[in-house]
Amino acid sequence: MSQPNEKTGHELNGNGSRWTGFSTTAVHGGEDRQKAHDALTDAIVCASTFSFENTQSVIDFIEQDQQRGEYGRYGNPSDMVVERKLAAIEGAEDGILFSSGMAALVTLLMAKLSAGDEIVFFDQCYHRSREFCAKYLARYGVITKQVKTGDYAAMANAVTDKTKMLVSESPTNPHLSVIDLEKFVEIGRRFKVETLIDATLATPYNLRPIAAGVDYVLHSATKYLGGHNDLLAGVVLGCRAKLEDVRSLRGVLGGVNSPHNCYLLQRGLKTFELRMQRHNENGQRVAEFLAGHPAVAKVLYPGLPDHPDHQLAVRTMRGFGGLVTFFVKDPDWQAAARVVDGCRMARIGPSLGGVETLIEQPYVMSYFKYSPADRARFGIPDNMIRLACGVENAEDIIADLDQALRG
Amino acid sequence: MHFRTKAIHVGNPTDSTTGAVVPPIYVASTFVMQEAGKPQEYDYSRSGNPTRGNFETTIAALEGGVRGLAFASGMAASHCATMLLESGQHVIAGTDIYGGTYRLLHKICSRSGISVTLADTTNLDNLESSLRPETRMLWLETPGNPLMSITDLAAAARWAKAHGLLTVVDNTFATPVLTRPLELGIDIVVHSATKYLGGHSDLLGGAMVVSDAELGQRLYYTQNATGGVMSPWDSFLASRGLKTLELRVREQSRSALEVAKYLAQHPRVGRVLYPGLPDHPGHELATKQMQGGYGAMLSFEVQGDLAQAKRLVESTHLFRLAVSLGAVESLIEQPATMSHASYDRADRLKFGITDSLVRLSVGLEHPEDLIQDLELAISQL
Repeated sequence: MSQPNEKTGHELNGNGSRWTGFSTTAVHGGEDRQKAHDALTDAIVCASTFSFENTQSVIDFIEQDQQRGEYGRYGNPSDMVVERKLAAIEGAEDGILFSSGMAALVTLLMAKLSAGDEIVFFDQCYHRSREFCAKYLARYGVITKQVKTGDYAAMANAVTDKTKMLVSESPTNPHLSVIDLEKFVEIGRRFKVETLIDATLATPYNLRPIAAGVDYVLHSATKYLGGHNDLLAGVVLGCRAKLEDVRSLRGVLGGVNSPHNCYLLQRGLKTFELRMQRHNENGQRVAEFLAGHPAVAKVLYPGLPDHPDHQLAVRTMRGFGGLVTFFVKDPDWQAAARVVDGCRMARIGPSLGGVETLIEQPYVMSYFKYSPADRARFGIPDNMIRLACGVENAEDIIADLDQALRG
Repeated sequence: MHFRTKAIHVGNPTDSTTGAVVPPIYVASTFVMQEAGKPQEYDYSRSGNPTRGNFETTIAALEGGVRGLAFASGMAASHCATMLLESGQHVIAGTDIYGGTYRLLHKICSRSGISVTLADTTNLDNLESSLRPETRMLWLETPGNPLMSITDLAAAARWAKAHGLLTVVDNTFATPVLTRPLELGIDIVVHSATKYLGGHSDLLGGAMVVSDAELGQRLYYTQNATGGVMSPWDSFLASRGLKTLELRVREQSRSALEVAKYLAQHPRVGRVLYPGLPDHPGHELATKQMQGGYGAMLSFEVQGDLAQAKRLVESTHLFRLAVSLGAVESLIEQPATMSHASYDRADRLKFGITDSLVRLSVGLEHPEDLIQDLELAISQL
């Protein structure tokens, strides 16, 4: 593996980029300009281990802290190139790739938190993130405090001298609340507490948390970054010094991604801008269609003027993504289920951000075993539907929903 | 269903066994039979494979045909089409075609006693004068390679039908996003799927689509008998590429138009060959025949000789010096020494593939970045 330098083309990386276009960075960013065998595209390096020429080269590797392959769990050329590309796209100094979004979150939190520490969460979040903090981190003596999403005063009040991290998604899932990153970062700075934003739903195309001063950005790269519903991946991005212990813990815990997946992710990133433009356009058009539909009671989409965070979203985001949450008028869960089941093109499934449109009823898909009281607490009414618009033609998504809503 | 929706959904069934949203990659070379000699849907992967079948179904839908066949490379697809011919028969092909097709027709088919006449197909009168009693096939590319000449496919198909010829269009440059030859009366569409269909410079493949089931069966018989099939891995990547085909081709076409306009006004550039430019001889026809874009391939002549063109193609930074085309990465090449080196030199010069000709494949990078790259390279000549 070569060291990043002028010759290898790493000038295409990140902030020092000579290129202006988003897609130019997505296609070329982070890649060596000249690759082995002069191949135009990166090889998939499947090797689980990397050999040394002799004993002295092992000693040199250790003493000189060389950047080269050792054992796959510590990194692999196929994952390192994607880390560099994601960092270039995000405008971050470094990124660490994981086998899933959850592996990224877990490794980051376990690297940063010790017994007795506290973290403060905005309460609208992916239910598995909540579960990990409440069920698992708690076992190690880490205290998770949840405050109402968007209540910045409550978040500031929840901070103690033991608080180590402030955490939020933006937009949140599935409520699509948008966080004011300026206020969020200000609380962190005031109390000298680090901040983490899960920007999976926004993506670096629509939101730039690093520029806003956030310390760590997390993505489930399974979603828009991979974009084809055919891989699992997660990434944490930030400044290199702060990520060193995270990288080191990844090597211990082992939630690394496979070289085959890494290649598919790298390939998916090349069309990232095009896909996001269509996701944004489809999300907006579908949200507007649903908002005017007689069978729909309410639509949550930051691009709609009646969304509580609309002004903030317009000010801070380039677009609002493909996820649209809506409520059918009939409050009975089976009425919403009939709409979900009535879709012919949209497929029923969890996840989002791929080219294929997916639809699901959060009550059934993610909260079926929760009590009505818990569902009410988490804001998951029975008639809520989460639609993840793909990049099909908007007319086809709308026609599909229209016939499903008509029953 | 609109084009992009078809590209995502047709041929991509939810897996019935697992519910997987993306069909699995079936790497199996062979399939178990329940009863001797009575295979189910599949028996042996050369004869048929579920993953390859999915790609074939999608590309057939996008081209508006009834049968798609996937090959190991574009040349394997083209070769399969020429195997419809028999010794003593004759082909008319355009003068502005891929060098590899020229080689196939002149150096390989010729061994089987098949003869070929090249004709400038931008003027259909030239077809009439090339016609012989034994002519059986008309082979067309539009836009042509590397001069971007435009052929009127509907008119050519009518003429060919009147003379009992099979028509083949290599639709690699236009892609079904911009031109669907079968809808214009053409019999066979072939592709190098390596290019826009795959779109990411990471697979080799060929595709063929026909609108007549019986013809499709004859071609399938030949494919199965000769074996140049696409691998399941490449089929998966090609299917994945099709999902963003329309987005890529439209965006790349928009960028190519900007690059062409920039080059057209450059004092050190001679002629610029791009059907989207109003002074291109095929502009009007391309506007009618191509849907909402002129493709992302263009050629131009630098002022100077072979050495100057060589210097130019070696000094761009974003445009990488390589053969092939149609991917997210922009490429630059010199047809005389690269893509069309297999032409006889005399034919090359006769057909206008000059030494100072440079061919660009415009990728997905921002057009301003691409123009800046060309500007720097041209200024150093």
